[in-house]
Amino acid sequence: MATAQTRAAARLMAAPAVLLLLAWMVIPLGMTLYFSTLRYNLLMPGMEVFVGFENYEFFVTDPAFWIAFQNTLVMVGSILVITVGGGILLALLLDQPIWGQGVVRLMVIAPFFVMPVVSALVWKNLLMHPVNGLFAWLARSAGFTPIDWLSQVPLLSIIMIVSWQWLPFATLILLTALQSLDREQQEAAEMDGAGPGSRFWYLTLPHLSRAITVVILIQTIFLLSVFAEILVTTGGGPGNATTTITYLVYVQALLQFDVGGASAGGVIAIILANIVAIFLIRSIGRNLDR
Amino acid sequence: MARTVSAPRKTAMTIVAWLVGALIFFPVFWTVLTSFKTELEAISTPPALIDFAWTTENYRVVNTRSNYPLHAMNSVVIALGSTLLGLLIAIPAAWAFAFSPGRRTKDVLLWMLSTKMLPAVGVLVPIYLIFRDYGLLDTRTGLVIVLTMINLPIIVWMLYTYFREIPGDILEAARMDGASLPKEVIYVLLPMAVPGIASTMLLNIILAWNEAFWTLNLTAARAAPLTAFIAAYSSPEGLFWAKLSAASTMAIAPILIMGWFSQKQLVRGLTFGAVK
Amino acid sequence: MGKIELRAVRKAFEATEVIPDLDLDIEDGEFAVFVGPSGCGKSTLLRLIAGLEDVTSGRIDIDGRDMTRVAPAKRKLAMVFQSYALYPHMTVRRNIGFPLKMAGLDRAAIDRKVEDAARILNLTPYLERRPGELSGGQRQRVAIGRAIVREPAAFLFDEPLSNLDAALRVNMRLEISELHQKLGTTMVYVTHDQVEAMTMADKIVVLNAGRIEQVGSPIELYSRPANRFVAAFIGSPKMNLIDGREAERQGAAAIGVRPEHIRVSRDEGAWKGTVTVVEHLGSDTFLHVDVPGVTSINARTPGEYGIKPGEPVWLTPEEGRIHRFDREGRAL
Ligand SMILES: Nc1ncnc2c1ncn2[C@@H]1O[C@H](COP(=O)(O)OP(=O)(O)OP(=O)(O)O)[C@@H](O)[C@H]1O
Ligand SMILES: [Mg+2]
Repeated sequence: MATAQTRAAARLMAAPAVLLLLAWMVIPLGMTLYFSTLRYNLLMPGMEVFVGFENYEFFVTDPAFWIAFQNTLVMVGSILVITVGGGILLALLLDQPIWGQGVVRLMVIAPFFVMPVVSALVWKNLLMHPVNGLFAWLARSAGFTPIDWLSQVPLLSIIMIVSWQWLPFATLILLTALQSLDREQQEAAEMDGAGPGSRFWYLTLPHLSRAITVVILIQTIFLLSVFAEILVTTGGGPGNATTTITYLVYVQALLQFDVGGASAGGVIAIILANIVAIFLIRSIGRNLDR
Repeated sequence: MARTVSAPRKTAMTIVAWLVGALIFFPVFWTVLTSFKTELEAISTPPALIDFAWTTENYRVVNTRSNYPLHAMNSVVIALGSTLLGLLIAIPAAWAFAFSPGRRTKDVLLWMLSTKMLPAVGVLVPIYLIFRDYGLLDTRTGLVIVLTMINLPIIVWMLYTYFREIPGDILEAARMDGASLPKEVIYVLLPMAVPGIASTMLLNIILAWNEAFWTLNLTAARAAPLTAFIAAYSSPEGLFWAKLSAASTMAIAPILIMGWFSQKQLVRGLTFGAVK
Repeated sequence: MGKIELRAVRKAFEATEVIPDLDLDIEDGEFAVFVGPSGCGKSTLLRLIAGLEDVTSGRIDIDGRDMTRVAPAKRKLAMVFQSYALYPHMTVRRNIGFPLKMAGLDRAAIDRKVEDAARILNLTPYLERRPGELSGGQRQRVAIGRAIVREPAAFLFDEPLSNLDAALRVNMRLEISELHQKLGTTMVYVTHDQVEAMTMADKIVVLNAGRIEQVGSPIELYSRPANRFVAAFIGSPKMNLIDGREAERQGAAAIGVRPEHIRVSRDEGAWKGTVTVVEHLGSDTFLHVDVPGVTSINARTPGEYGIKPGEPVWLTPEEGRIHRFDREGRAL
């Protein structure tokens, strides 16, 4: 539907959004790429020199980078497993006929709306504090020695906190997908003598596969840039134990003022995120054709 | 969805579901509870569940002795400002994509989405430097700009999926009736899209309110929203748990309530329409 | 005034050509109906006239003025959509008044005109309701009301009755015909229902794959179809088309006889066959007869005709009512 006039109007109406986003993407990206080839420290202004790939070399040969890389993978991977697995179980549970389903739903999705800074601080102090925290009291009551979560098992602690934040997201989306499942198909399978196990395996899981893919991809994008939770709990430590790539770049840029090094790290982060993004965009694009 | 199940099974499922729900909700509940304790009760073991002297002192202290009102105001201005600015830019674009699609519309939409995938650290340095040079660091204006840009793709997408459900002939009828393009949008499209626009606003306010990379890195004191205010509690002095809880409760309550109201639309917004 | 002239109009959506090359005149005050099978380009043609689509080439004149590049609102045409396209958030009063508001009339004038239109269309009791609270027929009338308040040069209707049930459709058909007589304004009406076309039209335009097969009054199309397509399309039930030996005897590639032009007899006639199906409508009886060497033929006899499937029957086409077609399907 359209005449040349409406098409021209449409281009005009879309222009601000498109141009602004283009500028927002191209300008900083170009600058990051450019800075990544300079020796450039904010504490020594006017001393910028072109150094080619030296920053990348420096970044990639730094043992901290590989630790951060590994931390990132472990963190993202475990959170995905926990949230997707837990999300499926929770969604199946919430899809059952139960009393007060609405209220349970509200309780389950609540953590998603809590700002990351708050959830991190609440977990760090009220729950995980080695002396006064609730977990410590629970451990003592059960006869164990309480552990100092954030210094003895720092990465696990971060994984727990972030999983708690994202479990509702996975649950909500999987539950939505589950509710669009064809009841008649389920009932037909039941008539054909399929037990709950094989119904889940052959009907429910394939139906959920799309939603699971979407959850994994979107969460990966957000999890790769987890930042506030680390900043206010461990500050990347102890040592480098909870430093992720995002956090490493932040330290390099705003604490050590190494623009060149941070930019190289930023480019690497972009490349990593893009590997995921390509798959996500494909799966959403396929949905557009419908 | 009226499946019949046996009562014992339903009872069992109900108990399990409520237990799990309570467990997940517990940290939020605990925060709210702690906010009504005194600082000493907040760290006491065994922890007090209800048998403590309920007090609203923490709320008073947080409100009067810190700059809480300033930061709350910053959060409101930034969340609302970026949402309204985003809508202003996105509504015309979504109209164009939904009602006058061309051969490249799909590619443009996907490209917009891809900008959302750009990790923030990848552009932290240039944005920081640009903001420094233009005096935008630690200003509400600066944060409104950044949050508008990072959420613009989501706003465009959500509006696009809502607009697409509005029949094109109604807009054509308006065109035949003599409505100019702005009038077509204002008198016909927007009133019909009110529910979609409302949920888009809601989701975007939630995202902007909780955003914690740019708000932490681009602000210091003046423009710092609640995220930055609360992050300051990470290096505390003295007893502070009850006050932290009170500040946290105030920071999350409005968003939690909004979130509860918009949970259905949320799925669609966060998955870009891929799951409905 | 509302004379519409299309000259060498062509429309292509990217590579696919929907309307190859079309000329058409619609006279002032005429009720013109576009009919044709689904996908033949009726709606596209109407939208070209409305200005909702651009012509790829060619020219459209309305009232003698070139309107080819003029915006829809400026063509002085009003359109009634198949889906009604009412504004769901406005009351009936505001729906009907919307074009007047857009034209900048003051409130009093708008109210007066809306109330006049509502009176004509029996909508007065519903003025404060929203479209969601109306029946299909009432919605249809609101859509028509919105069109008439503008006092357009011509009305465009795109299958306006296809969402109504059968009884209501007959009613609305009459109402629209009456409205045409009352207003005397040009109407262009799209339908795929040939009964609507036959009953309402001054002039029928039969379209097929974007081409005009024939233009004429209903009776012309019925009695002198220009080709096989029109012959089969106009008339209900469909004309029997017979090729092969029987057609050759008449010196044609194919012949056609309408069911109502076949005499049925138990004992004598031109073709002998066996009854396969009998349909009793009360007013008429339709017989489906298998005639060896010809084809299956549908014949119509008035009133009740007591015959059962399997029984033999004789059929005779009426002299002078036989249509003859050449190899390309053109009438001879
Ligand atoms: N916007 C478009 N882009 C591409 N092709 C189109 C477009 N609109 C219509 N067509 C094609 O043009 C042809 C004619 O469509 P049109 O809607 O005019 O048919 P119609 O005669 O109104 O059919 P119906 O009786 O089903 O409404 C169809 O083959 C259709 O697929
Ligand atoms: Mg049509």
